[in-house]
Amino acid sequence: MMQFSDYIFYFFSSILILASLKVITANNPVYSALSLVLAFFSAAGIWLLLHAEFLAIALVLVYVGAVMVLFLFVVMMLDINLESLKKGFWSYFPFAILIAGVFIVEIYLVVSDKFFLESQIESFGTSKSNTHAIGNILYTDYLLPFQIAAIILLVAIISAIALTMFGHKSHKAIDPKDQIKVRRDDRIRIVKMKSEKR
Amino acid sequence: MEEFLKQYLDPTFAITFAYLIKIFCIVIPVMISVAYLTYFERRVIGFMQSRIGPNRVGFFGLLQPIADALKLLFKEIILPEKSNNFLFFLAPLLSIAPALAAWAVIPFDFEMVLADINAGLLYVLAMTSIAVYGVIIAGWASNSKYAFLGSLRSAAQIVSYEIAMGFTLVGVLMCANSLNLGEIVMAQQGGISQWYCWPLFPLFIIYFISAVAETNRAPFDVAEGESEIVAGFHVEYSGMAFALFFLAEYANMILVSILAVIMFLGGWMSPFSFMPDGIFWLLAKVAFVLFFFLWFRATFPRYRYDQIMRLGWKVFIPLTLIWIVFVGAMMQTDYAEYFH
Repeated sequence: MMQFSDYIFYFFSSILILASLKVITANNPVYSALSLVLAFFSAAGIWLLLHAEFLAIALVLVYVGAVMVLFLFVVMMLDINLESLKKGFWSYFPFAILIAGVFIVEIYLVVSDKFFLESQIESFGTSKSNTHAIGNILYTDYLLPFQIAAIILLVAIISAIALTMFGHKSHKAIDPKDQIKVRRDDRIRIVKMKSEKR
Repeated sequence: MEEFLKQYLDPTFAITFAYLIKIFCIVIPVMISVAYLTYFERRVIGFMQSRIGPNRVGFFGLLQPIADALKLLFKEIILPEKSNNFLFFLAPLLSIAPALAAWAVIPFDFEMVLADINAGLLYVLAMTSIAVYGVIIAGWASNSKYAFLGSLRSAAQIVSYEIAMGFTLVGVLMCANSLNLGEIVMAQQGGISQWYCWPLFPLFIIYFISAVAETNRAPFDVAEGESEIVAGFHVEYSGMAFALFFLAEYANMILVSILAVIMFLGGWMSPFSFMPDGIFWLLAKVAFVLFFFLWFRATFPRYRYDQIMRLGWKVFIPLTLIWIVFVGAMMQTDYAEYFH
């Protein structure tokens, strides 16, 4: 006998699988990106079923709300020629099989681990607020890895900004300081003259 | 209500049915407020500009929004020839759906909330952050340069101001020690002096300005900028499809106002301890905040695009970060009680 939540699980899972297939098969890159958004959404739905509301909402907030928006932003402006992209498909194929094999082995190793026993998942689901639970663990047991991750992100941000700053100076941006300093006399000159006779 | 329905229906159906009724009890007042917010906006801006505004349809023009809605319903929806049909019709839906979905966690009074979830604040942030898809897809699917430029501007703007907005909410959740919107309001019990707009005053101002930018309202309405790019992302839309964008914009406006009230102005709590709390305080405060949106539109000239970006990234984000650190530091001192 299937419970109502089982139906919801299969509903989200089937959407997730279909959307993921669409990501790699769609002809239009914009459709691929939007399918990825749908896939993230369905994954968030499945996480909600596991009572992992913090992770689910964070997935929507970070990946759907920020990362994919910027992705779409770029994809929409690119004029991608799919024919030239498809050209090397068969020459890359063995390499792709190799990577897929490595992934499958890795996923098998992770899922067959003791953390993924059903009893473990149940025990997590009963805790009251998992935002509290994650915060507690993150800032006590895993404080150092968390800080290291934060510093790596900071370095990435700084380097990304530095790349745009020390490149070519072809932009026409004006320093806001100079804009504020502008006075009326810098821009206009009132000329007084007598009216001329005809 | 669930118990009442269970007398007549199967228990599972009764629960579903009760939720449906509750959803209608939220959505229909929201829709009516949206309609009358447009009327109010036209009247207020009219008076601010020494005009009269709509006053013909019905008593004082009160039927004007209904006449407008009917007009939009019966207008033809024009589909641009080279647009992407599927996405063209999906975009208005993607913009109205999150604008309404976010209302699920809004507490209107003590325990008067559809979904009392622990991570309510995060949920609202997530919902408002996906509203941008409607705008982006509309701009791209229209296959028009003005629509595309408008959508790119709007997307960049919404993504930038979302960060500042998120940081202001971090300040609120530090004070309230909870992500549940009801608990955030309960933490502000005890009159006007306990409201979070005082200890978090800079965050309150930044939240409000970011909210104006998030909803693409004047003076941050470069996404529409009619003098430069006609009407921005919805230039190709007509009839009901346009009306959905319009509804979403105003529903979002009311949503960010109600959030400002819940997080900084004490929600349904009365400003003076001798007066009773109740939903009317919430509504009065929301009306007060919404008036500022209209006032801004009538008063300020439009920002230039680079100025908007500078304000968001170089002024608001550093300021919020500084204030979060300040609040965190103050909580460790003897003054901690002022920040709870």
